[in-house]
Amino acid sequence: MSRSQQRLLGLAVSVAVVAVLIVWFGWIFPTNYKSADTRLVAQAFYIGVAAMGLNILTGYNGQVSIGHGAFFGVGAYTTALLMDHEYTFLGITYGHVSFLGTLLPCAIVTFVIGALVGFPALRVKGLYLALVTLGLAVIFPDLATRFVKGTGGTSLVALTPTELAAPSWFADHFPSLSAQDQWAYTMCFALAIVGLVGVWVIARSRFGRSLIAVRDHEAAASSVGIDLARTKVLAFALSAMYAGIAGSLSVLVLFNASADKVETFQNSIEFLVALVIGGTATVIGPIIGGFAVVYIDKWTKDAFPSKPVLSPAIFGIALIVLMYVLPDGVVGGSRRLFAWSRRTLQTRRARPAAPATPATPASTR
Amino acid sequence: MTLLEVEQLTGGYGAVRVLYGLDFVVDAGEVVVILGANGAGKTTTLRALSGSLDAKGHVRFDGRDILHRRTEQIAAAGVAHVPQGRGTITDLTVDENLRLGAYTRRDRDVDTDIETWYAVFPRLADRRGQLAGSMSGGEQQMLAIARAMMARPKLVLLDEPSLGLAPIITQELFRTLGALNREQGISMLVVEQNASLALAIANRGYVLETGSIVVAGSADELGSNDDVRKAYLGF
Amino acid sequence: MALFFTQLLTGIQNGAVYASLAIALVLIFRTTGILNFAQGEMALFSTYLLWKFTDSGLTVWLAIIITMAISFVGGALIERVVIRPVEQSSALVIVIVTIGLFLAINSLAQVIYGSGQRAVPTFYPHHIWRPGGVIISSDTLVLVGVLAIECLLLFLLLQRTKLGLAFRGVSGNAESSRLLGVPVGRILMVGWGLSAAVGALAGAMAIPTTAGLVPSSMQQILVFAFAAAAIGGFDSVVGAVVGGIIVGVADALTIGYVNALHGIDLVVPFGLILLVLLFRPAGLFGSTHVERV
Repeated sequence: MSRSQQRLLGLAVSVAVVAVLIVWFGWIFPTNYKSADTRLVAQAFYIGVAAMGLNILTGYNGQVSIGHGAFFGVGAYTTALLMDHEYTFLGITYGHVSFLGTLLPCAIVTFVIGALVGFPALRVKGLYLALVTLGLAVIFPDLATRFVKGTGGTSLVALTPTELAAPSWFADHFPSLSAQDQWAYTMCFALAIVGLVGVWVIARSRFGRSLIAVRDHEAAASSVGIDLARTKVLAFALSAMYAGIAGSLSVLVLFNASADKVETFQNSIEFLVALVIGGTATVIGPIIGGFAVVYIDKWTKDAFPSKPVLSPAIFGIALIVLMYVLPDGVVGGSRRLFAWSRRTLQTRRARPAAPATPATPASTR
Repeated sequence: MTLLEVEQLTGGYGAVRVLYGLDFVVDAGEVVVILGANGAGKTTTLRALSGSLDAKGHVRFDGRDILHRRTEQIAAAGVAHVPQGRGTITDLTVDENLRLGAYTRRDRDVDTDIETWYAVFPRLADRRGQLAGSMSGGEQQMLAIARAMMARPKLVLLDEPSLGLAPIITQELFRTLGALNREQGISMLVVEQNASLALAIANRGYVLETGSIVVAGSADELGSNDDVRKAYLGF
Repeated sequence: MALFFTQLLTGIQNGAVYASLAIALVLIFRTTGILNFAQGEMALFSTYLLWKFTDSGLTVWLAIIITMAISFVGGALIERVVIRPVEQSSALVIVIVTIGLFLAINSLAQVIYGSGQRAVPTFYPHHIWRPGGVIISSDTLVLVGVLAIECLLLFLLLQRTKLGLAFRGVSGNAESSRLLGVPVGRILMVGWGLSAAVGALAGAMAIPTTAGLVPSSMQQILVFAFAAAAIGGFDSVVGAVVGGIIVGVADALTIGYVNALHGIDLVVPFGLILLVLLFRPAGLFGSTHVERV
């Protein structure tokens, strides 16, 4: 088979696989599985979206953040507050916005905050940057608790079932997807696809290449004309936006927006873990990571139902083992496996009949 | 007496093979030089000898097989490797670098030795309390050599000692190396691109080209070999 | 005025706690160049051990020494078994491993010792003096004293012994040290072991001054210790101490005096980190690396 024929076949196979996945995840799965399962996969998708955002910043641009739970929280709060409360500004009353209506404000707010964080981050590198972002994850819950009055006296903003349900135009067009969990799932799936396409476009664009250039060698990158500040701040802003959208989606799945300190920190770590397990600087890695995180968590919880305190131990050990086996993530590992099998197949085909005669060691005095 | 015997040394970095079955020896008291252009495999050869990468073949040092031993053990056996780029520990002072060089020794003469080397390299003595990273390239190279000598090694491997140094410094450096060999009988295996400097102090030499030895002989033979002269000596 | 000094002393006491855990962080950073997320939980586990010993009747100061020794061995083993396989991998991978350790150790402590609150005793009598209205507690004096002795011992170890020289050599350039015959692997184990022992001491000093030992005891301390190490510079023990005191004092004074920050006092350490890093990106005492392009 010629090279171009091989390529065409590869392309055809990829398109077919993607089509099958979209049909399965977009239609067959949500209409045939229980709501508990749909919720789980919806979670995997929005964690994947957050991980995709983190990928832009950490994977492609090399700025490690352990604070994206804060952006996630901001996104969740923006959506929850807009959907649940009423605000009067300049004589106009806003409030009880539909979910889709909150997406744009949420994206804008988190993008701007991300950019604001990105500026001071320019001065700080590596480990120290990671610690500053940790600060974000730690401060956000305190600020939210202080300035946002939620329902029930805590900082939790819970939504009513009417607010969470699928809008009528959706229920009319897709009656078999109109249950709340299916609506939430469809939103997560749809936005995950949008996010994926976004990352795919970025990765192939000039911006994407400058992200990588800045990551690998700042001095060299700036010497060829790349604006370091613009690249790095934009990376922060985009990643924050992704995390914010993920937060918005979480409101539909978890029914509330919370600013619990432990949760925010856990989320930050979860996104990073998902990114690394899936494969940094790969397009599809973060989504795979999202699934990995959600399902490993589920399995460790189900493993010892009588001893819930054991599940973090198993999760932790699973993480460690995964890093031994797949340090470059699932995507990286599969690429290595693929390359190895291709090499072994090629050498098997090319092996000569008889071994070469050993050369006599000459004395080179 | 043969100090180092290398047979069919083969190795590289992962899937990339660099050395293709090298055979060479170093006798006690000799300076042996390995010449070669960039990419020939000179540094790889030394790294294979000091156990910094996986290799196949046979390497016998002082009668013992050292090929599959760990770097620390090879160093303790009496092989000192001065790596390319000096490898001085920049956060430690000159004095501390020298003292660390004597790590494998258990005797009490470390302090006297340090003074001895300060006498050989007076510029180091002037800077003994200074951080190694603040010195010039030439001074760091001297420090790296003195530090290697602190272990009282039987064989010193030197990887491109002239790299990145001004000509006047390299001449002084090689004069010192030659003197160390003549006066103290320290055996050396020097890997170099600067052929004329290296051959001036060597007894014998080999020429390495893309991982194989293509010419071998005494320093005079190499110096008068037409191919060597054209390729490495510039005339 | 008396309130100011009381708050100041509280700040110094807390600062000493943050500093001692920060020293453990710095030791591991200098050894293996990574941020050890599990540091707090390792100290937590050590403190649980300490509780177990004292609960069984062992005298406190002896129990502390034994716990430190066991922690040393534990830390060395963790380096050899858990960290060594990924030491050459990317920083992110190593961070994930320490996060896994964090989860595993915390969970393990709860499985073995239960999740209830435990009382950890001190080896010194608790006493409070009140000169001129200023409240001085024996806790403050002992914590600062122990920190000072710890720093002195570490200084002597690192600067005046062959082991300390080897340790600093490996921290500076592991490959070169290897070529000189330094057993790098063993030195790394010593670094982690030392760090674990220091962490155990930090826990032993800090926990008795809190309400009691619970699984989440070390988590806030860890966050403050990160802040202390970041302010001081991650490769400097002196920096860890200075950073710790700064964080402790700033936190105590803001809580005492600035009501507007009530409930968001964590803004203080992180605001400080940001402020310091803006002017000195490698921390107050950290070494900036000049890179030749």
